[in-house]
Amino acid sequence: MSDPLFDNAASEGRPVVAWVLIGLGIATLLFGSYVGLFVAPQEKFMGEVYRILFVHVPTAWNALLALTFAFGCALMFLFRGDWRWDARLEAGIEIGVVLSFLLCCQGAIWAKPTWGVWWDWDPRLTTTAVLLAAFLGILALRRFVDDPVKRATWSSVATVIAYVDVPIVYFSVKWWNSLHQMQSTPNTVSSAFHLPLRVNAIGILLLLIGVITLRTRIAKMRLREELAPPEPAAGSAMEYAPGAGR
Amino acid sequence: MRQLIAALRKEMLLQWRTRAQILAIFVFGATSLLLFSFAVGPNSTALRLHAAGFLWLALLLSSTLALAESFQLETEQKGLEGLLLLPASARAMYYAKAIANAFQLSILGIALVPVMVVLYDVSIENLFGVFGVIVLGAAGLSAPGTIYSAMASQARAKQTLLPLLLFPLVVPVLLASVKATSLLIAGDPMGQLKSWVTLVTSFDLIYWSLCGLVFGRVVED
Repeated sequence: MSDPLFDNAASEGRPVVAWVLIGLGIATLLFGSYVGLFVAPQEKFMGEVYRILFVHVPTAWNALLALTFAFGCALMFLFRGDWRWDARLEAGIEIGVVLSFLLCCQGAIWAKPTWGVWWDWDPRLTTTAVLLAAFLGILALRRFVDDPVKRATWSSVATVIAYVDVPIVYFSVKWWNSLHQMQSTPNTVSSAFHLPLRVNAIGILLLLIGVITLRTRIAKMRLREELAPPEPAAGSAMEYAPGAGR
Repeated sequence: MRQLIAALRKEMLLQWRTRAQILAIFVFGATSLLLFSFAVGPNSTALRLHAAGFLWLALLLSSTLALAESFQLETEQKGLEGLLLLPASARAMYYAKAIANAFQLSILGIALVPVMVVLYDVSIENLFGVFGVIVLGAAGLSAPGTIYSAMASQARAKQTLLPLLLFPLVVPVLLASVKATSLLIAGDPMGQLKSWVTLVTSFDLIYWSLCGLVFGRVVED
């Protein structure tokens, strides 16, 4: 078998690097959250409520990054047909969906005391929910297709099509008038808030890479099992043995 | 081009032969319009206000029935494999199917307009404009709808899968079509129509190009 998926099977040991990354990610996230909760000054207009921004904004960046990674994997699978990209695609979509869900939840928690409602039909909020639904649909597609070749190709195609929505999420504030905050950049955020935002973004990024590595490993194991040639039935050697049946 | 015309001829012939089914889908759409009015109540002002939204929701729900049937015949007797053996490109097959679906949905949408007018007591300022938006919106629904229908027809839980994949994707098309139709029904004093029509046209261009490019991979693998 010349497929790299099978070639690298024996060399894959314990996922030490992934666990180290997850550990580092948690530690970084704890440090960033401590700075965000106890060191960063109070915001002038929103008071203490604004502190959710220190996880909300990094979650948004990393959700977009995970879905962009999934898009890249989908393109790589379509062009190269390498199974490892399908395993990475599965991991990327799942983590992207989890982060997008967390993003919607954090947004709702922030919106209630700030806007007075849990949910507002703000274009950016709505488009994030639409994006979440679109990628959940792709996860459902992966569950409902048994043939690994069709599953990989179709989910890659569906990811490419759904990714067309991602720029709309990001630029929708500019396209439509909105209640939402403008995108957070170093120019729109006070310099006192830069450290916890950046530390948490790095923390979530490390977690993201660690979890994607672990999830890819599981997907590869399942793919190896699915793509392995069937074992010969017991007793079949006897049927073809010379003199069998005499 | 000749391949596309031949494939389109086949699709239109199939649609003509299954016209009873299109009629059934129209009845489903008209029933949906009737049911929406029960959700709002007998308030004619509210019904008139939301008429465009109800029309597009009825068309969207009907489109799942129409699109789900689109690859039914090809999957029943391994017709798809037969078609792929022909010296014709998968892209021609896709565009023929998508054009036929867009045509079917446009006819369905246009046929639902009189039902909306009667049920919701709507007076339309620009009738041909509404028809134009229906054609643009139907094209936006059919481009991704055709490719997802090709996938769903060969998967488990096909009835669930098609709307699950299609609905989130066509939200921008739906939004722009509803807004444009509302402005054409009630008038456009602020001149907003052009931007919504541009939005739905842009989506059409993106989805028709993108889906045409990737369709080959969906049916050939």
